[in-house]
Amino acid sequence: MTILIGILILIILGVIIVQVGKINELAAKLRGEKKARRDNNESNARLMLVFMVLFLVFCVGSAWYYKNMMLGYGPHESASLHGVELDYLFNVTLFFTGIVFVATQILLFWFAFRYREQEGRKALYMPHDNKLELIWTGIPAIVMSILVVYGLAAWNDTMADVDTKELVTGFVNAETIGKDSTYIEVEATGMQFLWVLRHPGRDGKLGERDYTLINSANPVGQVWTDPKNIDDFHMDELILPVGQKVRVRITSRDVLHNFDLPHFRVKMDAVPGFPTYFVFTPTLTTEQYRENLSRYPEWNVPADPEDPTGPKRWETFEYELACAELCGKSHYSMKKIVKIVSPEEYNEWLASMEHTSQYLREVRNKVGDPFLGRKLLIEKNIADYEKAKEEAEKTAPEPAPAPEGEPANPGDETDTEETEVEVESEEGSTETNESSDSQ
Amino acid sequence: MATSHEHDELLVQEDQFYHEYWGDGFHEHHHGDKYQSNFITHYLFSQDHKMIAKQFLITGMFWGIIGGLMSLVFRLQLGFPEENMAWLKPILGKWITVNDGIGSLDPDFYYALVTMHGTILVFFVLTAGLSGTFSNLLIPLQLGARDMASPLLNMLSYWFFFLAGAIMFASLFLNTGPFAGGWTAYPPLSAVPEAMSGSKAGMTLWAVSLVFFVVSVLLGGINYITTVLNLRTKGMSLWRMPLTIWAFFVTAILGLLSFPVLVSAILLVVFDRSLGTSFFLNEIYIGGQAMEQVGGSPILYQHLFWFLGHPEVYIIILPAMGLVSEVLSVNSRKPIFGYQAMVLSILAIAFLSFIVWAHHMFMAGVNPFISNIFVIFTLIIAVPSAVKVFNWIATLYGGNIRFTSAMLFAIGFVSMFISGGLTGIFLGNSAIDIPMHDTYFVVAHFHIVMGVAAFFGMFAGIYHWFPKMYGRFMNDTLGKVHFWGTFVGAYMVFWPMHYMGMAGVPRRYYDFTTFDFSSYFVDTNKFITIAAIITFGFQLIFVVNFFYSIFFGKKMTDKNPWKSTTLDWTTPIKGIHGNWPHAIPEVHRWAYDYGKDGKDFIPQTEPMTEEEKAEAHH
Ligand code: HEM
Ligand SMILES: [Cu+2]
Ligand SMILES: [Cu+2]
Repeated sequence: MTILIGILILIILGVIIVQVGKINELAAKLRGEKKARRDNNESNARLMLVFMVLFLVFCVGSAWYYKNMMLGYGPHESASLHGVELDYLFNVTLFFTGIVFVATQILLFWFAFRYREQEGRKALYMPHDNKLELIWTGIPAIVMSILVVYGLAAWNDTMADVDTKELVTGFVNAETIGKDSTYIEVEATGMQFLWVLRHPGRDGKLGERDYTLINSANPVGQVWTDPKNIDDFHMDELILPVGQKVRVRITSRDVLHNFDLPHFRVKMDAVPGFPTYFVFTPTLTTEQYRENLSRYPEWNVPADPEDPTGPKRWETFEYELACAELCGKSHYSMKKIVKIVSPEEYNEWLASMEHTSQYLREVRNKVGDPFLGRKLLIEKNIADYEKAKEEAEKTAPEPAPAPEGEPANPGDETDTEETEVEVESEEGSTETNESSDSQ
Repeated sequence: MATSHEHDELLVQEDQFYHEYWGDGFHEHHHGDKYQSNFITHYLFSQDHKMIAKQFLITGMFWGIIGGLMSLVFRLQLGFPEENMAWLKPILGKWITVNDGIGSLDPDFYYALVTMHGTILVFFVLTAGLSGTFSNLLIPLQLGARDMASPLLNMLSYWFFFLAGAIMFASLFLNTGPFAGGWTAYPPLSAVPEAMSGSKAGMTLWAVSLVFFVVSVLLGGINYITTVLNLRTKGMSLWRMPLTIWAFFVTAILGLLSFPVLVSAILLVVFDRSLGTSFFLNEIYIGGQAMEQVGGSPILYQHLFWFLGHPEVYIIILPAMGLVSEVLSVNSRKPIFGYQAMVLSILAIAFLSFIVWAHHMFMAGVNPFISNIFVIFTLIIAVPSAVKVFNWIATLYGGNIRFTSAMLFAIGFVSMFISGGLTGIFLGNSAIDIPMHDTYFVVAHFHIVMGVAAFFGMFAGIYHWFPKMYGRFMNDTLGKVHFWGTFVGAYMVFWPMHYMGMAGVPRRYYDFTTFDFSSYFVDTNKFITIAAIITFGFQLIFVVNFFYSIFFGKKMTDKNPWKSTTLDWTTPIKGIHGNWPHAIPEVHRWAYDYGKDGKDFIPQTEPMTEEEKAEAHH
């Protein structure tokens, strides 16, 4: 029925369209074909001009309307070192192309209007003009060369991988922050449909993996005989220290994905079997970014329109990790929160996370644990951390320092895990710390 | 220079040639008999290039409507995710999932629609529908040939296209849905049936369909090239060919060199899917199992695909450029500015288009050093592209412009090509491509520069050569309404996408609200969707105008209504098999003598005067 009505409507529309066309043709006949054609030509010529003006207004107006999306200034600023450079390059390109855009569009529509058919005028016979053509081949060539030179400089800067002399670190400190010679490494594995984020632990080194070992307890196929895997833990959120160079090892366990951090201008495909890398340095903590946002009226509205007294938009801002390569049905929902914190917070968080090591949770002291019966440094570290935390709690009424208001791990789970680990490490703490996990 | 006696002799020889070549058919025609009387051989299995052109055009229009409607459906989902789409259930059935009484598009089907939209528009509409139509129509007519070099291959070319379309159409009705992994069909998504519902039978049909499609392109292409090289009439040197022919010629060469690579890529995917090879598969764990296939590289596929893919975008745009050059020149009553530069830039673009493919892969995990080379070549391509734009604008300068519907679309083409070409300069610079890759900025770029611009070129061609095809005119008023509506509408649809891309909104997202950074654009998406619906509505005007005018349009009374110099307008109003009732006209000059020596135009068939000859020898 609906289909029938739809068809009927279409037919009626068609008839109307035909009639409109016919009426105009008839009217033209009445007015005299020649005059009608001339009038028609005139009005289309004028429309060209009108369009030109409206179009340029629309371009400028829309840019103003979306000024918050502009790269490099306003609230949409880059939170990484290289991103600033890329934004700058974007704007340099925008400048040059903007000039060309406005000039050519104006000339196009202006000429169309200016040289509309007029009785008695003869068109200019101008088949070519070598000088003009040389100029307008030369200028784009020069501009392109400039853009290429700047572009490639920025590109090779940005994409430079760490070199073998550089040191990888777990905890960060004044020696590592802002130094090109030290970096931390984390791993992002795409799968349908989420990102598995792996932190290398305090040794800073990611353990080996083998895709045939993947199962639900071992989502990225860590090889448990590799001691580097002992302290690797998985993160619910990507947490990184500000100012520290980080190398993200990007890979996939099924189809292509793309590791996309829009605020950091980071993007790289995740390819099964071929790890890729992106090296960048976050420059603004989440807090700092929020503060910057708080300066803009658009960000000073309630985050939830239903709740006018609730937190403002800028207060709830989070960096996000997305997927930017079509990977299947739920491609659009591979979200993780990214948090950039101060180095102190980062170290504290790292220490507090050690007991969540995938190895400790899933393999330790179970059948197949390759280090069964051996003492592990990580267990001593965890015990030390717990002890220090307890002491701090005794002396100060406040709990041990943690990123404000945000426990590194959701409450319940953390508690039970902690006690489990403590039991184990109490035995270990009496022994000397001979361990397979020291690097 | 032949004396007039020699000249006659030449014509006679030519007639004999065609007599042998065409057999009795042509001969009979000479004597006034109907060459083709049979409905089937006339309308279906026709070997006449003009009829085949119409077949390509109307099939292309069919696909254009299907592809356009698909985009409206997924735009509705993007623009109005909260609205109830249950009313589409009679058509889409189980692909509308109803939750809490609100029907919405199933994500699997959303991706299937996006994929089909891309595949259909790129291959069926803008390759076959555009190049197939106008290469077929204009190559023989503008070169002075009785038909294509091989009318049989030409007919086969159309029917392979038809077959490809039929298979793709069938895939729409599969239980698991048509292919849904994007028109680029990257493995492993396309190579692993478990990866997605559309990667099951849908991908198989997609692959088979495209292989047949490539067969069609190759048969057509061989024919176009051979015809251009061998069947030009006397005096039609390469440098006297209209730019349309140059464009079709180079397009055919591009297709011939690049489409086979697509076939190889597709075949390798099919092997990976069904024969257990691993050209593109490595260390995959899917469906609860580690696949045994290792050692392949998904990136290899991308190299193969884009080795076709980039030339393909020029396969789409070059014919449009050719048509636009011709329409601009004719309606400005001026020679196309810088004919030689135009030809050279077509050649330069064609050559360069083979060495820029990896600009689609800056973020694919290829060695970043390699990208340096591709950046350089990519930005070099902008130079000949810019030259073409400047030359089109200079063609208008000092003209005496008639705003026919075709002319409006040609001017619109230039505007679109500028807008979309300039964003290519951002994307071609790999550093800027880091934030822009796979965002709506890219969607804006290619829709404006390729999608809309190529459509404008096609419309310009249709309005301009409709009388040649059907002996009648399309309604001019409706044509102009169609133009202005489409021109404004297309900018409304695609311009705001630049800003979404700058904010980092990824393309191929079913929903923008998962992420905070992309949820800002709720109103923008509504706006775009509404603009898209309206713009589509304007295309209906075109469709009605087209079919109405075939039967009832204003009759053509003048053989050469646009006062063109080219040979296509020297044939009789009612197209006949063999094109010219008598001898093929001879050509004495280039195609662009408009406004020369105070004359409005001088047809190519008009011999040069003594002064002109003297000048040419300079
Ligand atoms: C000025 C010259 C041009 C340059 C420098 C250029 C550059 C680029 C680049 C670098 C990309 C990849 C963007 C990305 O995926 O991150 C791209 C995408 C694309 N370009 Fe262009 N382009 C130019 C002109 C054209 C033309 C003339 C067409 C077609 C007629 C075209 C069609 C496309 C298409 C279809 C895509 C997207 C393919 C996809 O990923 O689905 N481009 N362009
Ligand atoms: Cu994805
Ligand atoms: Cu390309």
